Amino acid sequence: MKVRVFVSLKNGVLDPQGRAIHHAIEGLGIHGVQDVRAGKMIELEVDASVTDAQLEEMASKLLTNTVIENYRIERVQP
Amino acid sequence: MSFRSAVITFPGSNCDRDMADALEKVSGTAPHRVWHGDASLPDGLDFIALPGGFSYGDYLRSGAMAARSPIMQAVIAAANRGVPVLGVCNGFQVLTEAGLLPGALMRNAGIRFVCREVKLKVENAQSLFTAGYSAGQEIVIPVAHHDGNYFADAETLDRLEGEGRVAFRYAEPVNGSARDIAGVLNAAGNVLGMMPHPERVIEPAQGGTDGRALFESAVRGLVSA
Repeated sequence: MKVRVFVSLKNGVLDPQGRAIHHAIEGLGIHGVQDVRAGKMIELEVDASVTDAQLEEMASKLLTNTVIENYRIERVQP
Repeated sequence: MSFRSAVITFPGSNCDRDMADALEKVSGTAPHRVWHGDASLPDGLDFIALPGGFSYGDYLRSGAMAARSPIMQAVIAAANRGVPVLGVCNGFQVLTEAGLLPGALMRNAGIRFVCREVKLKVENAQSLFTAGYSAGQEIVIPVAHHDGNYFADAETLDRLEGEGRVAFRYAEPVNGSARDIAGVLNAAGNVLGMMPHPERVIEPAQGGTDGRALFESAVRGLVSA
């Protein structure tokens, strides 16, 4: 089974990469983009035996730094 | 009495030799060199240093993988027993990721890698690491980092300041760090993390000597203790 963990910066945490991407988008001549926040998505292929609690543990102890980041776990239905 | 220190090398560390050299030149005794995959530290250590570099290629987050490597369990246990631990640059990132220091080090506010000498202000001149400086003293130490932008919530920052745990502040804009924080201490005062590289300025041939007092403070404080 496929699991996706979406990692994003917490609100209020400055995102210099997002800001640079925003500038680059404006450089494309496209206007109307209000804000850009960059995050990452980590995709895992897991056995059915892996529990939600284990996914939470992976996400909170390793995949994110909870001082600055939030995560959302999504089990992808086959 | 000789000074027993260890420098931890992770895959991708690149300041470990400079750190070992600084410790040897200041203390007179060569440090033990410890590999990230080792399960234990040498006995009776007086000092542990986590060097700069790009451990594990900065994969996931700077310092994230190194903080979970086998040797770090031993380093965390030693730090909790009161053994002094110094983390410089990537070593600072590892210490925050390992939970030994609060906050996190994020991408520099200006996006760019910053590699130059910077002016620092010594905030706390009473810690084991900073007793060789005077409070308010300005020193020049080089930085070389991409992720040095210190972040912590306001409550944590207030606590760090209130408890005298800000060891150094930048005296000029460098990377966007909250309240210009360049180095922080843990509550017990035996763990220091800092982005600037004191090991790169310990003798005149390196172009400066302002980092030497940090190692001298630690060696003197520990050998006389």
